[in-house]
Amino acid sequence: MRKDRLVVVGNGMAGARTLEELLKYAPELYDITVFGAEPLPNYNRILRSPVLAGEQQISEIILNDVLWYERHGIRLHLDSKVVRLDRAARRVVSENGTAADYDRLLLATGSKPVILPIPGRELEGVIAYRDAQDTHRMIAAAARHGQAVVIGGGLLGLEAANGLKARGMQVTVVHLMPWLMERQLDRAAALLLQHSLEARGIRFLLEARTQAILGDAHGQVCAVQLADGEPLPAQLVVMAVGIRPNTELAEAARLHCDRGIVVNDTMQTFDPRIYAVGECVSHRGIAYGLVAPLFEMAKVAANHLAQYGIGRYCGSVPSTRLKVTGIDLFSAGDFQGGRGAEEIVLSDAAAGVYKKLVIRDDKLVGSVMYGDAADGAWYFRLLREGTNVAQLRPQLMFGDRNLGNAGYQGRDRAAAMTDAMEVCGCNGVCKGTIVKAIKEQGLFTLEEVRKYTKASSSCGSCTGLVEQLLLSTAGGDYSPAPQAKPLCECTEHTHEEVRRTIREQHLLSADAAMKMMAWQTPNGCAKCRPALNYYVLSTWPREAQDDPQSRFINERAHANIQKNGTFSVVPRIWGGSSSAAELRRIADVVDKYQIPTVKITGGQRIDLLGVKKEDLPAVWRDLDMPSGHAYAKALRTVKTCVGSEWCRFGVQDSTRMGIELERALWRMYAPHKVKLAVSGCPRNCAEAGIKDVGVIAVESGWEIHVAGNGGIKTEVAQFFAKVDSREDVLEHAGAFLQLYREEGYYLERTVHFVARVGLEYCRARVVGDREGRKALYQRLQFAISEEPDPWKQRVAGVARHEFESLQGA
Amino acid sequence: MNSSPCKAPEVEGAPETGAPDAPGARWSRICAVSDIPVLGARTLNYRGTVIALFRTADDRVFALRDRCPHKGGPLSQGIVHGEHVTCPLHGWVIGLRDGAAVAPDSGCAARHAVCVKEGAVWLAAAALPAAPFTPGSC
Repeated sequence: MRKDRLVVVGNGMAGARTLEELLKYAPELYDITVFGAEPLPNYNRILRSPVLAGEQQISEIILNDVLWYERHGIRLHLDSKVVRLDRAARRVVSENGTAADYDRLLLATGSKPVILPIPGRELEGVIAYRDAQDTHRMIAAAARHGQAVVIGGGLLGLEAANGLKARGMQVTVVHLMPWLMERQLDRAAALLLQHSLEARGIRFLLEARTQAILGDAHGQVCAVQLADGEPLPAQLVVMAVGIRPNTELAEAARLHCDRGIVVNDTMQTFDPRIYAVGECVSHRGIAYGLVAPLFEMAKVAANHLAQYGIGRYCGSVPSTRLKVTGIDLFSAGDFQGGRGAEEIVLSDAAAGVYKKLVIRDDKLVGSVMYGDAADGAWYFRLLREGTNVAQLRPQLMFGDRNLGNAGYQGRDRAAAMTDAMEVCGCNGVCKGTIVKAIKEQGLFTLEEVRKYTKASSSCGSCTGLVEQLLLSTAGGDYSPAPQAKPLCECTEHTHEEVRRTIREQHLLSADAAMKMMAWQTPNGCAKCRPALNYYVLSTWPREAQDDPQSRFINERAHANIQKNGTFSVVPRIWGGSSSAAELRRIADVVDKYQIPTVKITGGQRIDLLGVKKEDLPAVWRDLDMPSGHAYAKALRTVKTCVGSEWCRFGVQDSTRMGIELERALWRMYAPHKVKLAVSGCPRNCAEAGIKDVGVIAVESGWEIHVAGNGGIKTEVAQFFAKVDSREDVLEHAGAFLQLYREEGYYLERTVHFVARVGLEYCRARVVGDREGRKALYQRLQFAISEEPDPWKQRVAGVARHEFESLQGA
Repeated sequence: MNSSPCKAPEVEGAPETGAPDAPGARWSRICAVSDIPVLGARTLNYRGTVIALFRTADDRVFALRDRCPHKGGPLSQGIVHGEHVTCPLHGWVIGLRDGAAVAPDSGCAARHAVCVKEGAVWLAAAALPAAPFTPGSC
């Protein structure tokens, strides 16, 4: 069968990105041809300003080299501008006569610089600032020094002016409006910017209209004539007055255009065979000129081209960062405010710092920052996600580093860090490495940085910092992580969708779930398989099929793998209470199997480290203690204090309560590990305040706290309920954990689960609804009452192959 | 994903053409395919090195030295998916066919020629010559 032919017109960032996304979804679906008007393969257009300023080479900003196209079997026609689109014959023809027929067409023709309709615009030495060729011409002109006039004081004009100045030219910027970058900055911020650029030697003429460009006898530009005043001498004139969508081809083919090529939310044009992405399109009446929206469009278009038919592009909130070294400027959203908007302004002109936040209906809708834009990423996230900022308001202006959070938020200021300073403590990645990767590999998303540098890929506590680095390096082109994240790269479905489908379709195995939801890989990956396996088991207990091969090694071998491939063994010690006989057996096992390390854990247990895998079943047999599940996403320990039995302050028997909880809940698998503690009085010696469920005895009963966490980011548990009896403690704790088991996402701790669904929701389901609580608790008991002790099973010979090596010839 | 320059094993006299069970053959019978769990692995101590034998969903078998090129993690303990295994220590993804880490990570696990005949797994007596490996290029 002949493959459908996909022709891509435009080899810029939007077109190439769509192809990359498409190849991920459906590498074999199309026979692909790409036409690019420029002689270069796809390069990072945003970084042409650092090239102009002499900070980078063109070769450093290539994103997909020619080999990439070859490797994917894509026919690439460079230097081939498409000049005709015949929709009836479904064919495009380039300037040099190359023709290609299509079944699907992707238009990514980008935008064109606006050329002012003034006399002299065609003179030698007058250039727009758009592509790599323009950059080269400017660099060549700058080598001869002399004077340059930049027409336009917007983002691009200022970057051009700065680059030319850095290359030794005398630069004057002529701007029609009363202040610079009026589309991104208010007057106060623009003034600060102007002063700082003036200090670098750039001259500005504001509210100045260019009347004509004057040439010499050789047709070479020699001056710019303003509407009022003397001519400005110039050997180079750069027009940077804006861009407009390049719709020539589409319009000539009578495709509906309105400023840009009009597309719907699936990036389809009025001709259903034709899709369009990037700066050439008009989506809901808006034409975007920044990269982040292009990438979102590319993802959607690729999804539809791959015939998945899901995903919609719903518009973007643009953000801007000036790529001029040493100037820290950030702007996003509706920064002007206006009616119904409130403004918070911090202005310190002497220090060169200005910040403005625009709030409407308790939500951040816009921000401008100058001089200190370190919190740009955070503000942008609040803005995009429409977070209610009423609570944060008193500290809002001072950034997230003042909120007192230890992790996640990037409290350090990425900009102030030196290159050698460590960003990711888990993987030992320093700032310089991340910045280099972002620049050289052309990374735009958090996921990409994680992939290439490993930063933020383990515990995630440096995510905020990495986002800041992305924002300050890739600028406004940084594309923030989408809100509804797919479970992994094997699928487009979110955790929520996967859980719902498993429930609604009664799916009983990870395999069945992958088939039903059209997984894009044959057997998933190490991320999704454990999640799917957990979801089917927790949704359909006693019915669903467990797949040991979909479990991480620790849960498959029922011990924790260590860095040298040995394992650790943690037997269950109920409520942290042991006996001489148990301790003696442990000691004997340590001797018999020559276990190198014996460690008391934070959960009041004993960890035997360095056990050889083949010894595990024998160690378990000799220990004759239940599995501690220290290796599982399951109930780990119930930590207790001695309580009223011995302690002179204790008001309840916390040890007994802890043992009862542990006996009721052990063998309970969950989205992530679960830790409990019970304290016998409010002095809280068992540290119940940082546990998933923390129980604190008071004179009149028990207080239950939930969603605490002592890990990556210390989170104090929140008060959940006050109950009178031990039975009530069991039922409330069990019901809360069952809710988490049923509705939590895999690898989501209770703190994140509760943050996502809301504490009030959990209270309503567990505390407020007596019948519902009992039903939850019953479902928990149903799920775990027949769950075996995995160690006992393996002592009896289950899964023997897991622990035995093959005996080769 | 399959763009690694690590070459696939090529060993003369593979049992499809030669006779693995013939006297003097350079192949050793190790186990039955069914001894290895589907999408799983077994290990084998072979002349002092630990070799991991992997079985894919469609019953193909691959052999790699049981050492992740990253930090020496035991690949046999990882999750097998498609033609890859994810190392249990730090999540590197290693191709079973060529032993190469999936980009952007780079490195190679040593490969061993292996074949399946009549439900039995055969390992080449001699380890494969080391893949031409230079850090960063493989």
